[in-house]
Amino acid sequence: MPSIAATGPGVDESRLKVLKGAYTYASISDKISDIVLTRPTHWGFHALFALCTTLTILFVIAIVYLFYKGVGIWGIDIPIAWAFAITNFVWWVGIGHAGTFISAFLLLLRQKWRTSVNRFAEAMTIFAVAMAGLMPILHLGRPWFFYWLVPYPDIMNVWPQWRSPLVWDIFAIGTYIIVSILFWYMGLIPDLATLRDRTDHRVKQVLYGLFALGWRGEARQWRRFDTAYLLMAGLATPLVISVHSVVSLDFSIGNTPGWHSTIFPPYFVAGALFSGFAMALTISVPLRAVFGLRDFITARHLDNIAKVMLVCGLLVAYSYVIEIFMAFYSGDRFEEYMILNRMRGPYAPVYWTVIFCNVAVPQLMWWKKVRLSALTLFAISIIVNIGMWLERFMIIVTSLHRDFLPSSWDVFYPTFWDFATLFGSLGAFGWLFLMFVRFLPAISISEMRKLALEKREGEA
Amino acid sequence: MSRNEEAPVYGLIAEFRDEQCLVEAAARTIAEGYRNVDAYAPFSVPGLADALGFRKDRVALITLIGGIVGGIGIYFLQWYSAVIDYPINSGGRPLHSWPAFIPATFECTVLGAALAAFFGYLILNGLPRLHHPIFNAADFDLATRNRFFLCVESADPRFDRAATHGFLESLAPLRVSEVPF
Repeated sequence: MPSIAATGPGVDESRLKVLKGAYTYASISDKISDIVLTRPTHWGFHALFALCTTLTILFVIAIVYLFYKGVGIWGIDIPIAWAFAITNFVWWVGIGHAGTFISAFLLLLRQKWRTSVNRFAEAMTIFAVAMAGLMPILHLGRPWFFYWLVPYPDIMNVWPQWRSPLVWDIFAIGTYIIVSILFWYMGLIPDLATLRDRTDHRVKQVLYGLFALGWRGEARQWRRFDTAYLLMAGLATPLVISVHSVVSLDFSIGNTPGWHSTIFPPYFVAGALFSGFAMALTISVPLRAVFGLRDFITARHLDNIAKVMLVCGLLVAYSYVIEIFMAFYSGDRFEEYMILNRMRGPYAPVYWTVIFCNVAVPQLMWWKKVRLSALTLFAISIIVNIGMWLERFMIIVTSLHRDFLPSSWDVFYPTFWDFATLFGSLGAFGWLFLMFVRFLPAISISEMRKLALEKREGEA
Repeated sequence: MSRNEEAPVYGLIAEFRDEQCLVEAAARTIAEGYRNVDAYAPFSVPGLADALGFRKDRVALITLIGGIVGGIGIYFLQWYSAVIDYPINSGGRPLHSWPAFIPATFECTVLGAALAAFFGYLILNGLPRLHHPIFNAADFDLATRNRFFLCVESADPRFDRAATHGFLESLAPLRVSEVPF
């Protein structure tokens, strides 16, 4: 397979390898499992953990207070009945998509560079979708009835409304999180067996042993593992496309100007991958620095992630242009007004920030120097994360705040609890991720061994 | 076939340094006529299952069945609930409005297939099984790190403690040892 890394003058080629250095099966196993078993401490980890724990506590308080008082503690009102919670929902689901794209889609395409990033990208997916799944439930007036969306034989003899995108949503998100967890756990089983066999601590032996399910590494087990893993990848890949398409239908089935558009499914999927790859960068840059994983997560990985981001960013930019074009081409005065109001109305700063973050800044990644600088990429990824959150906020709130009747026009003002929910969910996501890095191998050990074999055969 | 007076063993295990030795050893053991043979490796070694004569793993068939059951099941549920059990005339739309039933059908097809793939894989692999005689083998904790093992089980009709030991030694392993029950 030809290398997709472009060569250029002044670039050290050794930095662009998928796996750097001379690693054996033993040293790969030890290096990755030691992160979990010996728990090296780093001030950066502790600082981040303290911050995330604080925010998680804030999240819990925000949820408890919400359940006590109701959604009135947020800034939502008629006509802006959807705001932060739904924005968070769409944003978090989108972030999850990059993990599935890396672990499933790139496996089908036999992209070797996915090997060292797939495990934590999948973890990112699961935690992001968990945060996403919470948001619509929190937004319900009576959250304790959320299970009414599921078809089950109940004494009320009421079924879900199958024609509603909200019902499609619970099927899409439910399937997505279950398949993601199964896929992730399946890949973890051989690595849990490694941890079981390497630790001397009795409690750890028992716990890792239980979750390893007695994995023996038989040739037949490996063969079935390969088949099942490939099939799971094939099943997860269409979910990347379908889940955010269904999420976008929540909007585009409605007749609100700014929502009612056929471009929404591809537009949302491109945006999802864009923000998800940004989050993958936001995580992998500090991860490899704090745990000394620069030989496994190399400049090549960052370079490739940046390239995918650039492409997705261009697709998102194209969608912005088409949205404007279609508003005027349709001749619908409400659509025209919606676009002009986005650019010049009370939310104009949001619109122009979105354009700056999602269209202007990503163009820097055309330069190889930028793609090879971890710090610059980290900064760009933060900007894109902010831009994509604001884009979802823009789609939801600017479309709602100008109703068809001018008498019901309003402006949304977020409250403290809106921000507590947003930043609290960020903290809870970070907290889960840090715990994951502490207790489970963040890089797939068995796949890295295979990569070392392929690398050796390639050099021979 | 000689009968042993010693305690029965699960089998004899040979330890190898790398995957190439293991694949060659596995092929030679099968060629020698042994059938109850298994190889253990820290990662999926290409060609190892084939060398052991294992080709059909049936996971794909189970996955297909799971997908079909999931898809047909949810479509039937939607049709039954919307047309038979609780028909609602919503804006004059047909009760059997099949395009609206597709998203849930698609999702449940994927879900059914994924559940079948995962649990089919576990059951076919005989997992979970927390204890197994092979764990009694010396150095077997290295099978999940960097060592490669080949075990001829005592259940094999051609198994003979001395002769099999001699044969395994001829494969140039790091060492050959007995696996007690």
